Amino acid sequence: MTAPAPARVLVAMSGGVDSSVAAALLRDAGHDVTGVTLKLWGGESDSGCCSAADVEDARRVAAQLDIPHYVFNFADEFEAKIVDQYVDAHAAGETPNPCVECNRSIKFGRLLERAEALGFQYVATGHHARVRCHADGRYQLLRGVDSAKDQSYVLYMLGQRELRRTLLPVGELTKPEVRAHAARLGLRTATKAESMDVCFIKRGGRAQFLADRLEARPGPIVDEAGTVVGRHRGVATFTVGQRRGLGVAAGQRRYVLGVDAPSATVTIGRREELLRDGVDVRELCFVAEPPAAAATVTVQSRAHGRPVPGRLEGKRVRFDALQPRIAPGQVVALYDGDALLGGGIAA
Amino acid sequence: MPYLDYAATTPMEPEAIVAMEPLLAGAFGNPSGAHATARAAKTALEEARERVALALGARPEEIVFTGGGTEADNLAVKGAARAARAAGLGDGVVTTAFEHKGVLAACDRLEREGFQVTQAPVTAGGLIDLEALAAALDDETVVVSVMLVNNEVGTIQPLGEVAELVRARAPRAVLHTDAVQAVPWLDVAHETAAADLVAVSAHKFGGPKGVGALVRRRAVALEPLVEGGGQEWGLRSGTSNVAGVVGMATALQIVGERRDREVARVRDLRDRLAAGLAAHLPGSFFNGEPSKRIAGNCHVGFPGVEAEALLVLLDQAGVCASAGSSCTSGATEPSHVLAAMGLRRRDALASIRLSLGYRSTDADVDEALVVITKAVTQLAPLSATA
Repeated sequence: MTAPAPARVLVAMSGGVDSSVAAALLRDAGHDVTGVTLKLWGGESDSGCCSAADVEDARRVAAQLDIPHYVFNFADEFEAKIVDQYVDAHAAGETPNPCVECNRSIKFGRLLERAEALGFQYVATGHHARVRCHADGRYQLLRGVDSAKDQSYVLYMLGQRELRRTLLPVGELTKPEVRAHAARLGLRTATKAESMDVCFIKRGGRAQFLADRLEARPGPIVDEAGTVVGRHRGVATFTVGQRRGLGVAAGQRRYVLGVDAPSATVTIGRREELLRDGVDVRELCFVAEPPAAAATVTVQSRAHGRPVPGRLEGKRVRFDALQPRIAPGQVVALYDGDALLGGGIAA
Repeated sequence: MPYLDYAATTPMEPEAIVAMEPLLAGAFGNPSGAHATARAAKTALEEARERVALALGARPEEIVFTGGGTEADNLAVKGAARAARAAGLGDGVVTTAFEHKGVLAACDRLEREGFQVTQAPVTAGGLIDLEALAAALDDETVVVSVMLVNNEVGTIQPLGEVAELVRARAPRAVLHTDAVQAVPWLDVAHETAAADLVAVSAHKFGGPKGVGALVRRRAVALEPLVEGGGQEWGLRSGTSNVAGVVGMATALQIVGERRDREVARVRDLRDRLAAGLAAHLPGSFFNGEPSKRIAGNCHVGFPGVEAEALLVLLDQAGVCASAGSSCTSGATEPSHVLAAMGLRRRDALASIRLSLGYRSTDADVDEALVVITKAVTQLAPLSATA
């Protein structure tokens, strides 16, 4: 999406190549651009300062582009709204997506508010998705041009209020084009590796992170008939649909069918038993309006998952063909072609 | 463009820059050498030591040049504590809750090494609680570290009273004071006469960055942190930063000569700034006991305003200020100083530090008043009613 230049734009710069190029494109389009890096994690254990290397990359790119750069410390909100909720959701047997909650509460919540208070007309990020404004003034979010890098799924919560003030310039480019542009400008982030996984989980991985914060709740592993077939050491790390690491010897492949946190029971079974004709969703929200009751939509339930056809019926998304059960806590995003319609959280 | 961040660092005194130049190109020798170029550097180094000693009320052999204030604090606190424990004197370390991180982090390290560390609380006005300090001192205490001037709120600590308590209750203890923020404003030689160890940092008073000194009186036993060629009485090895210490000595001499005049001038500017903010922004509140503050410090909060956002607007309008403790990342960290003073977190996060110095002018104050009033009004329209 292009905004009439020159607009005052605050670019969230993570220190990665996408947001570096976003800042460069906006500056070169004639906008009055300011960069900001968010300090979200890295408490006292990190010697009281942020993960300095990423901030330094962002700062150096900003200096190279000759734009001002600031660091906002949103660590309090991040801990309360992202990390604590992530831990609580796992404790409840769900599989949360913290990047989605960070977009909702931090980047398109707290940051957008602060940008507005500081007099910026737009917030820009390096997400691979496209914002479009129609003649009637309504905004739309489209998948990024590079379908392999599309991030519209983690932006499912953006409504008119947010989209009106959001610029996503790299969604118009493929990832190789982004890197080529960064290389052409000589940006130090041009060949930087992509960030993977959850940003606040470093050494030790998810299991260790949760083990440090939750009391281990061992319990039974049962089959669909309720027969105990094994024991597990903690209920919090199981995900519906998971196949590996069940620690149960069986003739056939077994999948996690359900996680019951109160009784610490993990139910497993064959793939056929995992299949469902739909999923109930909560916290439904829409980019503009809900799709018509009978309209066919495509349903995506993982960040890079294959979309499948279905329909929205009230608060239930019904699949045209049976699908493996979607883990509670995951985002269920609805599309019409490339256009995001909205979505919710799998119950 | 008003620079109101003198407590973070100061522009160099032009005379100090001039004094350093010959040491960078001409007399570039290693002062430890045995030839003419080395001797010239050695002479400059030792002359600088004499001038620093004079300004700080010490003898030249009591001056240890370091790589800055934080290093001087570390050498004092860790060096004295480790030496005392090795001599079997005890393992108690007493400091305050609102010291500079150069002291607090050193104390944390000592705690991990098995020392008994106590942080004495401070009052709401930003002064050490002397009763609590007294209660923390005993025969096992080997190091007491109390800053002379707080780096955030600018309050001057009653170091004389602290020294009396230490002598009476902790006879084995060495008294260290972080005087890094004091030099332009106080007669440090007089104020720290009762301290055994005194840390200063050149860039806080018009000298270069990366140079400091530790005054070490009465040959207090210190275990060095950096060992090697044995420079600085064996307490800080490494080739001397000759140009740096010459710049420091020159700046120290200049700020000493004009201190009385400058303190009065800057106090008037600071008072006008504070009065102007109070008048334009009636909700504003000031941190730190007003009667005990150095002349250059104005620590002010604006209810309903996030300091981090305010600093962006000030920067965009050309006003340099700061909030909390600075962090290498540039993020604003919640201030441990204001927390120690019992300020509510939201008030602490609404507070900024405006610090003035030798180049501050009436025009700076005028412009800062306009810019700050406008920015605070933009961020918290309801709290500004003027």
